[in-house]
Amino acid sequence: MTRPSPRHALVLGGATLLLAVAVLLGTLIGPAGLTPGGVVLELVDRLPLVDVDSGFTARQQVILWEIRIPRVVLGAIVGAMLAIAGATYQGVFRNPLADPYLLGVSSGAGLGATLAIVVGGAMGSAMVPPAAFAGGMIAVLATYTLGRSVGGGRSEVVIILAGVAVAAFASAVQTFFMQRHDDTLRQVYSWMLGRVSTSGWTDVRTVLPYVIVSVAVMALFRRTLDVMAVGDAEAATLGIAPARVRLVLISVATLGTAAVVSVSGLIGFVGIVIPHAVRMLIGPGHRLLLPVSLLTGAAFLILADVVARTATSPAELPIGVVTAAIGAPFFLIVLRRSRGHI
Amino acid sequence: MHTPRTRRPRTRAMLTAALTTVALIASACSGTADDDAAPADQTTAAAGEPQAIVSLAPTTTEMLYAVGAGEQVVAVDERSDYPEEAPVTELSGYTPNLEAILGYAPDLVVLSDDSGDIVDGLERSGVEVLQLPAAQTLDDTYAQLEQVGAATGHIGEAAELVSRMRGEIDDIVASVPERETPLSYFHELDDTYYTVTDATYIGEVYSLLGLTSIATGDDTYPQLSEELILEADPDVVFLADGQCCGVTPETVAQRPGWDGLTAVREDRVHMVDEDLSSRWGPRVVDFMREVAAIVGQIPVNQPAP
Repeated sequence: MTRPSPRHALVLGGATLLLAVAVLLGTLIGPAGLTPGGVVLELVDRLPLVDVDSGFTARQQVILWEIRIPRVVLGAIVGAMLAIAGATYQGVFRNPLADPYLLGVSSGAGLGATLAIVVGGAMGSAMVPPAAFAGGMIAVLATYTLGRSVGGGRSEVVIILAGVAVAAFASAVQTFFMQRHDDTLRQVYSWMLGRVSTSGWTDVRTVLPYVIVSVAVMALFRRTLDVMAVGDAEAATLGIAPARVRLVLISVATLGTAAVVSVSGLIGFVGIVIPHAVRMLIGPGHRLLLPVSLLTGAAFLILADVVARTATSPAELPIGVVTAAIGAPFFLIVLRRSRGHI
Repeated sequence: MHTPRTRRPRTRAMLTAALTTVALIASACSGTADDDAAPADQTTAAAGEPQAIVSLAPTTTEMLYAVGAGEQVVAVDERSDYPEEAPVTELSGYTPNLEAILGYAPDLVVLSDDSGDIVDGLERSGVEVLQLPAAQTLDDTYAQLEQVGAATGHIGEAAELVSRMRGEIDDIVASVPERETPLSYFHELDDTYYTVTDATYIGEVYSLLGLTSIATGDDTYPQLSEELILEADPDVVFLADGQCCGVTPETVAQRPGWDGLTAVREDRVHMVDEDLSSRWGPRVVDFMREVAAIVGQIPVNQPAP
């Protein structure tokens, strides 16, 4: 096996530091006027054997521990999941443009959520996460099946095209239902623009198991992805079954993505921008790309959420607007700088 | 522009003056965004009372019935659910279909938003259109009711209705105890914490009843951070999302951290009728009565939290 090189340690250390800074900023900054000093004292107070007084009222403590910190944690989980799933999809399809959107996961989840809101009536809100989850899974299954059945040899390209078709179809059906039930427009719209948590630790507990399983499997296959990057035939000579690996990785990446999308709504650009940026900095090797994307994605979404909740305070910006506003121009810069490498 | 014609019968002249006033109010109310739109002016031309009216918005339907033009209404859009006798159809006010509307052979269409340039299409088809954009103040509501009365041949009833509404609202406002500092409220539009500021129609209604929104700023329908709601600690919470999102005082109390809110501890989380609180028609009086009853129960000498 390869030994960890100093360069690996440096890169991983840097990414961890970035995440730590993001977590700290996310914890310190918010629309409620919690003093940074008080927040720090609150954090210190939670350490074992330490007892300090932050001077926070019970309500301020609630805001910090039940609202802001779960939000930072959920932001980290969602960002990490979207980024590592994006990196994995891109590796699996050997296509730098592959991301949850292109494979229909997000549109399928959107359709599921819309149906829950439109048909579910008063129970609709509670049904949104499972319905979004089911919608995302069904959509990617449809994409994969379609891609395989029409695809023939060039399956990875065809699957992406199939994903575009499935996404367009799901969006059309979603629009149809939204127009028939225009009284639910704001609800659907608000979900589609994404937001990180309004239910404290509950959402964190809901998504964490899926994300852990998904990330663990992707981490196991990080070397395999490097081999597959060379070509399916080469991989086969090394005893790897590319079709099977592909199916497993698509499944777990979708599982994790659908889980986070079901609680946070549609948050675009993380899955495509973060892996690209990371690849530019450290190269295409998946052994480093996956963990660094994970850490950077987490940091990115925490910071995007800080912007979302403070930029127009007291109003809140949908986080999807922030990620798109930062992500889209950044993506173009990345594309421009990496001309010829795609 | 024109020289006044002095020989016209007196009553006719007065009627014209009244209509002109209404039309002026109408164009003043129609907002700065599309001053040239104001199609309301033409509908006031006394070309006989319309006998086949189509209404494309819940508020306009309620207004038509309130001024006594109900019998002339032949069709209303799918979302108009009041009053019960309104002839509800599949017509959509949100994505209106010109042919479907013309199928009812209307001589007047009353609507709120000009979605998909429907006004232009209707006018080209020779149908009178009365567009009543979302009222921003109670005065807008009064003016629109008078417009509806004028356009449908119920001027007297509309005037009567408006003066009755004014009286009732005065009484309701007078029934609310005076407070040195207004009560703060959070009006929840949906479970993602969209709300209203004092600068909205419903905000004005709440203000009249001695309430002030915890939301401020340029965006009059902002989405609030949960942090901010908890920090602001509203005295009263109004839930206008019971129908859409299944929110109840019980589910509110279960939200993380919300059990510490004054409104939750003091049982001041109230569900309000989603329709009453989002339409700017005659039933705003009912909504005010509902809120006044809630506000009236809150003791005046509340120690500051």
